[in-house]
Amino acid sequence: MKNMLSKINRKDALTLGVLVAMFLVFFVVLSTGMASNQLKNMIIPMSYYILLAISLNLMVGVLGELSLGHAGFMSVGAYVGCYVAVTLVEKYPSMPLAAYLPIAMVIGGLAAAAFGVIIGIPALRVKGDYLAIVTLAFGEIVRTLVQNMSVFGGALGLDTGDIRPKNTALTLLPFTAAVVILSAILIMNLVRSKHGRSIMAIRDNRIAAEACGINVNFYKVAVFGISAFFAGVAGVLYGHNFTIIKPETFGFNMSIEILVMVVLGGMGSNMLGSVVAAVVLTVLPEILRDFQDYRMLIYSVMLVLIMLFTSAPAFAGIRERLSLGFIKEKLTAKKKAKKKSKEGDGA
Amino acid sequence: MTLLIETLIQGISLGSIYALIALGYTMVYGIAKMLNFAHGDVIMVGAYTIYTTISLAHFPGWLGVLTSVVFCSVLGIVIEFLAYKPLRGAPSLNVLITAIGISYLLQNLALLIFGGQQEDVPNTGINVPSLDLGFVVVEGKVIFTIVLTVVLMIALTLFINKTKMGKAMRAVSEDKDAARLMGINVNRTISLTFAIGSALAAFASLCYGMNYTYIKPTTGSMPGIKAFTAAVFGGIGSIPGAMLGGFGIGILEKLSQAYITPIFGEITDVIVFGVLIIMLVVRPTGLLGKKIREKV
Amino acid sequence: MSNRNTIISANGTEMFSPPSNVLIPTRDEGKQPVLDVRGLGIDFGGLRAVDEFTITVGPTEIAGLIGPNGAGKTTVFNLLTNVYKPTRGAILLDGHPTAGKTVAQVNRMGIARTFQNIRLFDQMTVLDNVRVGMGNNIHCNFAESFLRLPRHFKAEKRSTERALELLSIFNMESEAYTLAGNLPYGAQRRLEIIRALATEPKVLLLDEPAAGMNPSETVALMESIRSIRDTFGIAIMLIEHDMNLVMGVCEGIAVLNFGKLIAKGTPDQIKNNEAVIEAYLGRQEKKEA
Repeated sequence: MKNMLSKINRKDALTLGVLVAMFLVFFVVLSTGMASNQLKNMIIPMSYYILLAISLNLMVGVLGELSLGHAGFMSVGAYVGCYVAVTLVEKYPSMPLAAYLPIAMVIGGLAAAAFGVIIGIPALRVKGDYLAIVTLAFGEIVRTLVQNMSVFGGALGLDTGDIRPKNTALTLLPFTAAVVILSAILIMNLVRSKHGRSIMAIRDNRIAAEACGINVNFYKVAVFGISAFFAGVAGVLYGHNFTIIKPETFGFNMSIEILVMVVLGGMGSNMLGSVVAAVVLTVLPEILRDFQDYRMLIYSVMLVLIMLFTSAPAFAGIRERLSLGFIKEKLTAKKKAKKKSKEGDGA
Repeated sequence: MTLLIETLIQGISLGSIYALIALGYTMVYGIAKMLNFAHGDVIMVGAYTIYTTISLAHFPGWLGVLTSVVFCSVLGIVIEFLAYKPLRGAPSLNVLITAIGISYLLQNLALLIFGGQQEDVPNTGINVPSLDLGFVVVEGKVIFTIVLTVVLMIALTLFINKTKMGKAMRAVSEDKDAARLMGINVNRTISLTFAIGSALAAFASLCYGMNYTYIKPTTGSMPGIKAFTAAVFGGIGSIPGAMLGGFGIGILEKLSQAYITPIFGEITDVIVFGVLIIMLVVRPTGLLGKKIREKV
Repeated sequence: MSNRNTIISANGTEMFSPPSNVLIPTRDEGKQPVLDVRGLGIDFGGLRAVDEFTITVGPTEIAGLIGPNGAGKTTVFNLLTNVYKPTRGAILLDGHPTAGKTVAQVNRMGIARTFQNIRLFDQMTVLDNVRVGMGNNIHCNFAESFLRLPRHFKAEKRSTERALELLSIFNMESEAYTLAGNLPYGAQRRLEIIRALATEPKVLLLDEPAAGMNPSETVALMESIRSIRDTFGIAIMLIEHDMNLVMGVCEGIAVLNFGKLIAKGTPDQIKNNEAVIEAYLGRQEKKEA
């Protein structure tokens, strides 16, 4: 039993290890000036995409509800958080990044979480495909509203030049690393707890979950809020990495990009897949610049193929043969057989 | 007053297009119990087919339109066969993600083939004279759109209610297994549904092209989502509901553009999607949809 | 006609005579019934799916609910667990009405169930399935889980230990880390029962627990139903088509036909009840009688 507990923790530990190692490498290459401009520009995006992917995985992989509006939550965080930061810097020009960035993140995250709850409550009455459409509609509503809000610069966008630090990547990196690692720990802690199990139970069988005393509505709204919170924080990071945030950035396309990361990395309680997929899908298109035109095409083909492979009933046999569990079972079966034959010899 | 009447006429015209698209959503939902997210992009494919055949290959107008209808129908069948059929019985989340993937695939294929720039919609040679009612002039393209939609709807309704194939479709949407036991070829019926839905989308693209004059790879997604809104509004799975919802959303959108935009800015989409959310929350079955009790 | 007094008249006016405690076994006599259902009914559209369903179940009773297909047995379970809101009548659980409670709240009050078509958390391990059921009585809030405060670890440890304990009672501890969806059919049925027990119910509702089982498995199931009652000291109500099981294990049996109770009594009374025989076999020719 202990063995199994530590094994579950081992998965999360590996995820954390990968994150820490990754940020250490980033720090070394950035501080020694080894990083090319190309890599420099990718480091912060990679980090906020990791955050976006694991928070969406909480929603899609753990709760089992498809959100097509993750970019909408991100944009709420980006606009509200960065607006706060811009106002703070305007009032107190000497305020350091270490002071206004955390404030912006908390406020941006909370604003996004509030939207998450606001959209989560009506979403309780809506299931499956319909819920996905509600989140999509929400994303579009946010985008259209922001475009018409002069406070946020309307269609021109919100100027974040003043809050963006000089030497952006290196300056933002410690904050980014801390936030991403902390968020990953919090999300994984949640998943591997009583509450995480309840959420997964809702995913696997809502009716049975209710019959086991689980307050389905509470958990759904909570996951909407939590997932949106981290998307909002990612949005604040995004805003500090660029000189302007524009409403159209957070369109449906971005929600899909994040979804592709989650699906490619594997939906479910293991966050490592989302992390790796976020990194790979941020780096790959940059490396294969000539590929740029084909990027979304490849994404879409990938989405379809992964879905066909992972969920088509016809491929169930192949999946089983490829799964780690199957291989392990075979190995243990062999061991057991050996043990038995030994015992037999002894007797 | 003139503004109101003009707006209503424009709304009915736009609503006709939505209704044609919404029919595709609602038929597929009724039969395959899935949200065919790629349906909106079939409109885009239809429009590009008209563009390719008439502008590039210099087909006569009627042949271009016919090619578009046939091509879209075949595309619908192919999509269903390659992407959706293998996933029958899979969780709806996974089917929806696949449909989104197909939607993106179509958009990006179009982007690759035709580029991201706008293309002008060619003249199909369809010319309907404008109608002067005295207090308001109804444009020919508006008349054509409305008449075409009404004719197609009548044809569809007759097909579904009077023909054997139509009855098979209704049977499959009621109970797939029972229909199979009654000797109905379920796979062929589902293929047919996708073909009809896509053909209607091709007609929608014709009307869309006449009214909006240019196309690009993302042309289909917005009307697609709005038409889905219309299908939900009317009650998904219900054919009269899709028609009703289409006209409703079209008129709502035009009214909002005429009366709300001048005051509050371009927030028509907020209103349309707001209506969608409210509708889904308050009456998830739509205006004419059936209530389904979850079996425990 | 010796059992005339346990048959309900068709017009439903002269309700059970003698009083409904005929179902309560002698050892539960004088105690408050754990389940006291009065005049429960639900309409689907114009159809009276269940009507005038009245029953009492003793705190440690094993009760059976039988009837032909479509009689409304599962609907009764759905009413008892508030999946359906009753059109008429009341349910008292240990004296407390369950009206207006959510399904989850009813479970927390003490009614747990299994499902006719097994509903497990397929993508989760057997252990986690049981631990989900433990959520009612092992507490730790969101903050404690997020921050891994001591109560989180305490809760995890306790739920794991108790889940394994429960699994071992049913000889399933070796399967603790198998995915529930990968279990063989019989084990899935057992796991559903274990999961329901994990919620620490006062009443356990079993919906066709022997469905799909062979005779020897059914005999084993009968044994374990009795031992569940003895070990956990709870009431059990089961829907079953296997008459050997029902007659062998149930102390009181209620028979449902077309949504109405047509008989209630001990297994022997039910076996010889004309209305029951008629419901199952159809009406006998009057001439022969």
